Amino acid sequence: MTARASAHARYEEPAPVPPRSGAGSSAAISLHGVTKVYGHVGNAVPALDRVSLDVASGEFVCLLGASGCGKSTLLNLVAGLDQPTGGTVAVNGGRTTLMFQEAALFPWLTVRGNVDLALKLRKVSRPHRRETVGALLDMVHLTGFEKKLPHELSGGMRQRVQLARALAQQAEVLLMDEPFGSLDAMTRDLLHDELERVWRDTGLTVLFVTHNVREAVRLGDRVVLLSSRPGRVVAEFPVQIDRPRRIESHEVADQAAEITGRLREEVRRHGAVPD
Amino acid sequence: MALFRTEGGSSTQLLDAELAGLDQLDMALPPKPSRLARIWAGAWPKLLAVGLALLIWQVVVWTHWRPEYVLPSPWTVFDTLFSDFGDIMDAARTTLERGVYGFALAVVIGTVLGGLVARNRVLRTALGSMITGLQTMPSIAWFPLAILLFKLTDGAILFVVVLGAAPSIANGLISGIDHIPPITLRAGRVLGARGVTAFRHIILPAALPSFVAGLKQGWAFAWRSLLAGELLVQIPGTFSLGQRLQLERELADSAGVISVMIVILVIGILIDAFVFGVAERAIRRRYGLIDSATTA
Repeated sequence: MTARASAHARYEEPAPVPPRSGAGSSAAISLHGVTKVYGHVGNAVPALDRVSLDVASGEFVCLLGASGCGKSTLLNLVAGLDQPTGGTVAVNGGRTTLMFQEAALFPWLTVRGNVDLALKLRKVSRPHRRETVGALLDMVHLTGFEKKLPHELSGGMRQRVQLARALAQQAEVLLMDEPFGSLDAMTRDLLHDELERVWRDTGLTVLFVTHNVREAVRLGDRVVLLSSRPGRVVAEFPVQIDRPRRIESHEVADQAAEITGRLREEVRRHGAVPD
Repeated sequence: MALFRTEGGSSTQLLDAELAGLDQLDMALPPKPSRLARIWAGAWPKLLAVGLALLIWQVVVWTHWRPEYVLPSPWTVFDTLFSDFGDIMDAARTTLERGVYGFALAVVIGTVLGGLVARNRVLRTALGSMITGLQTMPSIAWFPLAILLFKLTDGAILFVVVLGAAPSIANGLISGIDHIPPITLRAGRVLGARGVTAFRHIILPAALPSFVAGLKQGWAFAWRSLLAGELLVQIPGTFSLGQRLQLERELADSAGVISVMIVILVIGILIDAFVFGVAERAIRRRYGLIDSATTA
């Protein structure tokens, strides 16, 4: 845990819902002094600088930051798609899976085929696969669309197929890279509800990257603010608003305003002309 | 706020209904034109163009630019075509057999070559530009060497057909693999696809549209090389379209020459349109690369 976690005073009332506030229970994801540098000596670009972060098992943590904060880099490291230049990345919560912003479904496979491939690659037997795919599509409310191809679906439906495919991996850690970034507000609202329900039902650990502050407050048990170029953890905000939450509620808006203020402060630093 | 805090049944049902409603709204598509209408829309401009070409041909014949026995009218040619149809089809069968055999060989060689070059950095540096270079080499320039290597046999023709078609097929696969969106590969890795499994389940299907375009181009090259070969490599005892073309020229039978040419052209067009064109369109439609509502 970084020592910089900011205590904030606005929500004093004791919150009954989340006992999941990170430090206490066992960490599913544990980053310690993680540094990632791209390129070679001479024109090296630091993407992440000494990032330390613990995510408790079953916790929903939102990573928030402006452009260039290395959010996606961080997810790649946790997913094991990339290696850190320095520091340690430990995932103790079992398998990880990653859900992308868009176009990550395989266009040659139907809705069923996309979810089924995740199981096939895990060598699940055919009859078992049939049953599981049906149950997963039912979970994301896509029963009846099994034979549709990705390009025939709306953006929101495609993201639900991606969610079903991610769940098919039976991962315990779900990493999400701005998964709702390209959706309209109405669809995004519904998918927030849907994701919250799936998370509650499955007990997944979620690390959710976004640049949308309200979305972060709507969903997270905790919002972690990253600085840009290089990415550093600058502040953490526990969110103690009761669930289920509404993105348009005052509580969400108020805390989002507070975090936005802090985020803007970070962005201003980059605009300041150096002496 | 109390309203929003109700857990369980009712809020879940509301969410179900809202999602289902939005999905139905998203799925409502404009009705497609009927199949017949689409076929007609695609066919009439082509028929008109053929008619126009025949008319221009006839007009040129009427001007007596060349005597009738050198440049016969369309009707004389079609008359010859119908009376010789059986013989021409026998010749076409020989030619098509060579074409299919040579093309199949080119597909195997081109696919293996393309797959290796696309996945191996050293091979790519060594062979990548050479494959494209081979494509620019006119296939007819290979024949003198082919005849020296294989004498006047089918082997000489097949050799050139494969050299003509394989580079296009390899290039189609290479560019298909090169242009796979990085997110597709990342998604594959997240799902645990590695090595051969990744090649079979992710890379090959992702490269398929470009691969089929390569096959289509490869066939065009194969067909051209084949006919060039049959004109140059006259094998005693066989009777192919190329040989028939050459024979009609020696007999100074213009109508015969043109009728064989028409058959060569029509076979080329039919295979391009009804084998490769149909496959290509079906794949592009499945992959969502064309809008099925707007294309004929």
